[in-house]
Amino acid sequence: MIGIYHPGTSWLHRAPPGLKLVILLLFTTTIVIFRSLPVLAGAALFIFIAYALARIPMGLALKQLRPLRWIVLLLMAFQWWLLGWERAFEIVGTLVLAVAAAALITLTTTTTAMLATLERMLTPARFIGVDTEKVALVLTLTIRVVPVIADIVGSVRDARRARGLERNARAFVTPVVIRTVGYSHDLGDALIARGVGD
Amino acid sequence: MIEFRDVCLTLNARPVLSDINAELSGPRVGIIGANGSGKTSLLRLINGLASPTSGSVHVLGLQPDRNGRAVRKKVSFLFSNPDAQIVMPTVAEDVAFSLRRHSLSDPERDLRVNQALHQVGLTEHHDHPAHALSSGQKQLLALASIMVTEPQILLCDEPTTLLDRRNTREVINVLNDLPITVVMSTHDLDLIRDWDRVLVVDGGRIIADTTGIEAIATYLKLVDS
Repeated sequence: MIGIYHPGTSWLHRAPPGLKLVILLLFTTTIVIFRSLPVLAGAALFIFIAYALARIPMGLALKQLRPLRWIVLLLMAFQWWLLGWERAFEIVGTLVLAVAAAALITLTTTTTAMLATLERMLTPARFIGVDTEKVALVLTLTIRVVPVIADIVGSVRDARRARGLERNARAFVTPVVIRTVGYSHDLGDALIARGVGD
Repeated sequence: MIEFRDVCLTLNARPVLSDINAELSGPRVGIIGANGSGKTSLLRLINGLASPTSGSVHVLGLQPDRNGRAVRKKVSFLFSNPDAQIVMPTVAEDVAFSLRRHSLSDPERDLRVNQALHQVGLTEHHDHPAHALSSGQKQLLALASIMVTEPQILLCDEPTTLLDRRNTREVINVLNDLPITVVMSTHDLDLIRDWDRVLVVDGGRIIADTTGIEAIATYLKLVDS
């Protein structure tokens, strides 16, 4: 959800986020409970067709799975050694398909729509004093600050290298923490100025 | 429209502003001064981000420290760092975020968002990730997110400090076209040269309240001395 929404007009783009979340829940529950190679093959076909109908480019689809590559390799090797190749394929396949299905939801749903749905789902919590708007905002900000903090980390790493302090942990942690706190302070001011909390 | 009456501001036992008396009106008011002179604090008092230690501030008939919510509906703030102002992951969503409390139908909201993006020239970036924009585009997005709420007063705190010359020109062109009161602090003296009203702030006091050209002369004399 870090800005990976892929604009489109497919039925998946237009479907209510709540319905998509329910289908995701059913899909992942099914492949976990009825885990077998034929079920996984059917699930993989289902996901492939869903990506095609949503008109998600192949490159973008594979990009969603890239962060998993090392986990998949390690998990596959370990499970193969422990339980054999068939079981290893089942476990790793379940993980990959679940992530692919979740990524398809984020690719076809704007953050605004997803958060509005979450806010509605949290409505009953209002009766015990939970401010659902603030909970949704916290989730939004968590998504939003990831690239900002990645930028901070990148520039601090460059500055550390420029000063010849590559191996100095303090030269990394201290400026990252200070700049992150400074950013949080500025963000807080901006949120107040935009009427959040009023 | 904006009135400071005997305003003093102390932060962490350090006097930041002293004896501020001024009435700000007109379409454009500039504020210049050295770093730490009190420019930002003056702006923060106007929309209630800071409260005066003594004296009072009046904005459109309201006191920001007592009626912050009502004031912030009419007075918006553009900060130096656009990254700190962008809340939502994509461009259009960030503009729409400003309208969350407005009772608008989806088509009405989309229309307002599109108009705001058109106003700052970001229409083609509608669904782009906000973090992928250039610094200038981010500042324009921050401006669109503010203007979509149709404020009466816009406070700008060094809005071009982090921008190159080209991006500065783009942001200033949009600011110049706004049909509302703009109060802007800046270190870029060229931006306020032709303005009719510019305050020079030094050591927490307003030492000059005059035209852009005279204010720049006063400020340069101060710096040279």
